[in-house]
Amino acid sequence: MAVVTKRSKALAVNPLKTSAPMGAALAFLGVNRAMPMLHGSQGCTAFAKVFFVRHFREPIPLQTSAMDQVSTIMSADENVIEGLATLCAKSKPALIGVPTTGLSETQGTDVRRVVKAFRAQHPEFAHIPVVPVNTPDYCGSLETGYAAAVHAMIDVVVPPEHAAPGRAEQRINVLAGSSLTPGDLEHVKELIEAFGLQPVVFPDLADSLDGHLTEEDFSALTIGGTEVADLRTLGKAVATLVIGRSLNAAADLLRARTGVPDHRFDHLMGLQAVDEFIHVLARISGQPVPRRIERQRAQLQDALVDTHFALGFARVAVAAEPELLLALVDTVHASGAEIVAAVATVAAQHLSELPVAEVKIGDLEDLELAARANGAAIVIGNSHAADTSARLGVPLLRAGFPQYDLVGGYQKLWVGYRGTRQTLFDLANLLLLQAHHGIRPYRSFLSVKEGAAAVAAAAAAPEAASPEVAANVH
Amino acid sequence: MKARELSQLLQEPACAHNDKAKSGCSRPKPGASAGGCAFDGAQISLLPIADVAHVVHGPIACAGSSWDNRGARSSGPALYRIGMTTDLNEHDVIMGRGEKRLFHAIKEAIDRYSPAAVFVYNTCVPALIGDDLDAVCKAAAEHWGVPAIPVDAAGFYGTKNLGNRIAGETMVKHVIGTREPDPPSVAMHEEARRRGIERIHDVNLIAEYNIAGEFWHVAPLLDELGLRVLCTLSGDARFREVQTMHRAEVNMMVCSKAMLNVARKLEERYGTPWFEGSFYGISDTSQALRDFARHLDDPALTACTEALIAREEARVRALLEPWRPRLSGKRVLVYTGGVKSWSVVSALQDLGMKVVATGTKKSTEEDKARIRELMGADAKMLQSESARELLHAVREYEADILIAGGRNLYTALKARLPFLDINQEREFGYAGYQGMLELVRQLALTLESPVWELARQPAPWAGARATAPATEDAPLETDDESEAMDPTPVLGIPEEA
Repeated sequence: MAVVTKRSKALAVNPLKTSAPMGAALAFLGVNRAMPMLHGSQGCTAFAKVFFVRHFREPIPLQTSAMDQVSTIMSADENVIEGLATLCAKSKPALIGVPTTGLSETQGTDVRRVVKAFRAQHPEFAHIPVVPVNTPDYCGSLETGYAAAVHAMIDVVVPPEHAAPGRAEQRINVLAGSSLTPGDLEHVKELIEAFGLQPVVFPDLADSLDGHLTEEDFSALTIGGTEVADLRTLGKAVATLVIGRSLNAAADLLRARTGVPDHRFDHLMGLQAVDEFIHVLARISGQPVPRRIERQRAQLQDALVDTHFALGFARVAVAAEPELLLALVDTVHASGAEIVAAVATVAAQHLSELPVAEVKIGDLEDLELAARANGAAIVIGNSHAADTSARLGVPLLRAGFPQYDLVGGYQKLWVGYRGTRQTLFDLANLLLLQAHHGIRPYRSFLSVKEGAAAVAAAAAAPEAASPEVAANVH
Repeated sequence: MKARELSQLLQEPACAHNDKAKSGCSRPKPGASAGGCAFDGAQISLLPIADVAHVVHGPIACAGSSWDNRGARSSGPALYRIGMTTDLNEHDVIMGRGEKRLFHAIKEAIDRYSPAAVFVYNTCVPALIGDDLDAVCKAAAEHWGVPAIPVDAAGFYGTKNLGNRIAGETMVKHVIGTREPDPPSVAMHEEARRRGIERIHDVNLIAEYNIAGEFWHVAPLLDELGLRVLCTLSGDARFREVQTMHRAEVNMMVCSKAMLNVARKLEERYGTPWFEGSFYGISDTSQALRDFARHLDDPALTACTEALIAREEARVRALLEPWRPRLSGKRVLVYTGGVKSWSVVSALQDLGMKVVATGTKKSTEEDKARIRELMGADAKMLQSESARELLHAVREYEADILIAGGRNLYTALKARLPFLDINQEREFGYAGYQGMLELVRQLALTLESPVWELARQPAPWAGARATAPATEDAPLETDDESEAMDPTPVLGIPEEA
């Protein structure tokens, strides 16, 4: 049980958090031929775009209502209506998302009313769903914004149960949380398909932002993701699998709307979590667990045992969104390592249940201070934590958003038996490769060894200066 | 090496193995053997000499698969970590060019790495084709002015243990006694006086390898007592230190029978007394220090020693206290060879752990007597070296943890057993009072790890057909099929109990 410490300082230093509209935009990017349009100033969109471009190394469709000084004071309703009409006419998207921002929320916009006004003025675009979502920058984070957008899309697009009766025996809905990477989602689909089931993943970043070349050289819209048609028929599925603690509200709405029973998973990292997931798939499908998956499970067990010497009692610092934090803490904890510093972007109900002494709601400075005070040997966090870990003199395992200083971070597999195994290996290897501080060389004052001068020189210089000391560990 | 010399080494008179009918070192059994060859043993024994170029004369197999895999550490030169081999090819073997290649290899080692000496390790192929190591080394030393020492311990000569002895023998024959130790300098004497040391005594440690730097936990204690270590054979040693070993007042055999011949020969030739001891565990560390004082027969030293022991024991016991409830009562199966079979036992008992059985495959009768002394008359001793039998024993005696060499590491892990590596490849130093703190940490780390429960957990869908993998009839993977089928394992029967 953890003590959750709220933010107590005025200054955020080395921020960890990403704003809610960006999370909402990310959720919309998981729908095919979609376009998110942030209701705010151009800068809101520009920053968000650069952020995702650097992370995914993909062009990112993202528009703006482009509020200026006049519309900010006098009303920006027209900006939204005009923007929606332009997008509909020009790009013919399958869905438009309209997350609000700090600017438009402070102005006092009622984005739902504005969208109604757009509907009234432009009946010719009635077939294009437009999904407004309230995501003021000053509330929540990427994770909450993403969840809110998923909730809003269900609200707008998914019809009530009676509208489309009947079930498709093989169909499974997957409500995918923001802690899942495109690589994770691909694996989740493979697992589900291995039981003869057909997953509809929503949002499906594995289809839109997995990084693939297309026939067309340019697309104004997303080049993959959940089909809007599939969203409309979510009620046809035999079950919904909800992956991610942050999607509870969205899952409640989907279940109420469609009557499809759901199975909820906080995350899919670690033996226990994946066991539950696979067990549910076996029960839903009535199929035996494929040998391939059994083997992956046994491989994870072997990895747990093999890595426990390196990970046991290892002191780990983690900074992440609450959902990812939960997953990582569970994984690290199960390996025998200790979480000595945990920082989350925003408060979440489950944080107090984490098996750590304290969870701080804060930034990377909080992480750095706690990690230093508690002697962390490794940091898990986003690319911004690279400098943090460098100052701490410990390695960094990159996780979460953004990862801009390496390629393919978006595609890394974390979930399932395979993903968990790789995480254990990665953590253990980072610790093993770090020249650990073994027993310090000792030289007797009675010593007649040659090379005493060399040792004295090495002792004066940093430890790494002596090739022997650096090299002798392994 | 001549057959006569080999048989003399096999019949080490100081070795307690010789009191029994099966004299000397047991012969490896085809199809049911594990463990290294003589070359392996020789290399292990000498490789930690840090400023020497260690050249393996043979095809790539010998050095290629064995270099850079030991944990011995140096406080200075790192030359010993550089793998060197003549890497003999087909032409060398067929055309007899091995000697020539070796001669040039020694020159290159000297030119490029300026070693204090070159040790040349013989291997099976040159031993078979008759390369004259002694002659090449002699010629090379004369030509290049750097000592070149032939270590003639080709693999087929015998076991790893024999290789250890050949290595020791080589040092006695070629190195020890070739230089006089420098007398302690004026500065050293002053420093000693400042520290309240009345007299400096010269000692040697034999078969201490400074694994993971663990001897550095012990060295400060010896300094405090004014015990100058002329040489540690061979952990963190230098060639010039080995040369002076004949001048020690007393030799301590650390944790190994393997180089007993060195202690005995130094006694024969120079009258140096020796004793066996260990730095594992609180009681043994104290005992070793007392044995030094006893042999040196210096009342001031004895008083100093007792004061140091009282202080260090109190200090470490206080630091161990928080760990004790976590480890106390845990059941341990120790499966290591020789002296370690009892030295580790006492360290574990210091912690309140219960040693349920210990391996005695390589132990002497004397070792076994020590075990009975420590563990009681009904001490369980394991003779077998089969992985299957080992795991059976773990279950039979309900051990919580297996302590053994790295070779058994993955056998234990596959069987979902907590494990502590006690052999040469390990990364953590357990020697001395301070080493006990590392030992408890590593013990708790593996014993308390949550991974065991996960690894034993059957899949939730396994239902009725679930068999916990740790049960008796579960299939067991062994490294070596022949081990599992070994028809003659002798298990758990104390021979004279």
